[in-house]
Amino acid sequence: MSAALLQLRAELESRFDLPQGIRSRTDRKRMPTGIEAIDRLTDGGVERGTLTEICGADSSGRTALVISILSRATRQGECCVWIDAAGAFDPASAVGMGADPDRLLWVNCGGSTENALKCCDLLIQAGGFGLVVFDLADAPEREARRIPLASWFRLRHAAERVGAALVAMTKHINAQSCSTLQIEMRRKRTVAAGRLLKGMAIEAESRKHFQLRTADFTLVR
Amino acid sequence: MYACLYCPGNGALLMECAAEFSPHVEQTAADTVIFDVRGLESLYGPPEQLARAIERRAGVPANIAIASNPDAALHAARGIRGVTVIPPGKEAETLAPLPVNLLGGSAGCAELLDLWGIRTFGEFAKLPPLGVAARLGDEGVRLHRLARGEGYRRLRPAEAALRFEAEMELDHPIDLLEPLSFVISRLLNEVCDQLRGRSLATNELRLCLLLENAPEHTATLRLPVPMLDARAFLKMLQLELSGRPPAAPVLKAHLAAEPVKPRRTQHGFFLPSSPEPEKLELTIARVKHLVGAGNVGTPELNDTHRPDSFAMHAFAPSPAPNGSHAGEPPESTRLCLRRFRPPRYAQVLMVNNRPVRVISPSVSGRVVMAKGPWRTSGDWWRNDAWNRDEWDIALEGGGVFRMYRELDSERWFIEASYD
Repeated sequence: MSAALLQLRAELESRFDLPQGIRSRTDRKRMPTGIEAIDRLTDGGVERGTLTEICGADSSGRTALVISILSRATRQGECCVWIDAAGAFDPASAVGMGADPDRLLWVNCGGSTENALKCCDLLIQAGGFGLVVFDLADAPEREARRIPLASWFRLRHAAERVGAALVAMTKHINAQSCSTLQIEMRRKRTVAAGRLLKGMAIEAESRKHFQLRTADFTLVR
Repeated sequence: MYACLYCPGNGALLMECAAEFSPHVEQTAADTVIFDVRGLESLYGPPEQLARAIERRAGVPANIAIASNPDAALHAARGIRGVTVIPPGKEAETLAPLPVNLLGGSAGCAELLDLWGIRTFGEFAKLPPLGVAARLGDEGVRLHRLARGEGYRRLRPAEAALRFEAEMELDHPIDLLEPLSFVISRLLNEVCDQLRGRSLATNELRLCLLLENAPEHTATLRLPVPMLDARAFLKMLQLELSGRPPAAPVLKAHLAAEPVKPRRTQHGFFLPSSPEPEKLELTIARVKHLVGAGNVGTPELNDTHRPDSFAMHAFAPSPAPNGSHAGEPPESTRLCLRRFRPPRYAQVLMVNNRPVRVISPSVSGRVVMAKGPWRTSGDWWRNDAWNRDEWDIALEGGGVFRMYRELDSERWFIEASYD
């Protein structure tokens, strides 16, 4: 692509929100997270057709990151599914971040990791979803670790076949080599003022192709 | 040729009688039917004999008229007693003595005709058409034509309500789901063939099972999009029945489908792909079978300040907006909550009215930061009113939580974690 054409495209993109078909092939393969620091860290967001693992302890900003991806995807007209092993998803938080709930299918597995795995397999195989969130953040660690690598491989293969971005949210890395991108998150500090919790400073660390990169961002209330 | 049967007081018989002569029957009023009798000469002979045959079939005193157009037959039957056969071209002459109020025009038009001294069809027919058009407008022209016996409209036949049903009575009761699936499959194929024959689909299937010594068992499939896939329907009904099986052996199965127009969509090149509705519906049925129907769907926030108040609806995404600019993105990334459902009971140690330690089965530790209290209450007019003090706390071992104290019961609960 010539320099003039690239400049024209950049100019158009800065002025208008281009439909997906006009974006470049690289853009189409990435799903931006909506958090600039994370987009820089991941070279443009989570990749479609792959498994991305986002892990961290309680209150490390995992849910905010995934809801940010979800809200951006639903606003762009993508259908998304949230498979919630522990039933902890908060619809009000998603709507507060600008997600379009009409394009979200929420499956509350009520604490059963096994059912969550089955649902994830069924829904990803059905195809048509742009983003599939497999939320094991509150699942017991023992159960999450019991998911065999073969299952993770099967999920990754299905995601690759249907072209969906599969995002798994866990406490620790579970999918090992099946995940293309691993983002580990931790809370650096809690920001408060007076009687009000103002936010949290988060540090994210990505592991891809044996490279470690970090990024900082702040979640505000 | 058209026949009109006018029988005040015996309206119920009319449709049945007319249907024996023609499939094209229009019921213009409760006591009047008009039907097409063209081509019946070879069966009944001349129109006079046909009229007598209709009279015999009616079996009750009725006015019968046969004319070349439906309106002339209607007016003759309503205005002339007994049997009337109007030869083609003699309509104006036959209808001339009838009172003009049979034409059924508006009140203003009838009053004007009365003022002019027009009492019969014949008198009205003699008026010049141009003059009638100038003084009475479109309605006058239409009534003038009817008075001359020049009807030109077509029949509007009454159509029987379309029913798409199939049923099977079994010789021996079935008490297993697998053999019952074969019966349901046959019924589904039959109903789907009926729908396909009319180029229709369905968005609701009702399966009614008559049981041995037990009340009827009903299973209803409500689909967000019209579908016509017997195999998908069978799988969905199997899942429904295995989740909620009949209480006794099945004696009879009845299946009914609600007909709707099939789904037609035009996909855009630049729109994101979305799940194929037929396939998705089957997948959702399988997922519901695993986790329960109430746990799958699209959450919709209720219009209330009550925390964690939402309703689940069926997932039926609207077509994607053209382009990708559906609303402005939020300015910054916010803290999100992860809910504990139900909230976890906790014991909280307070010093100087501030929480210093939290003990609960899953979340325990020394409080290193506590922000609050924030008092909220609502729905005081209902039994499930809430009235509480909320605190945001950070624990020493990690984790930032929202907890609250119920002011009525003085009990503490951990509601959610910030993440």
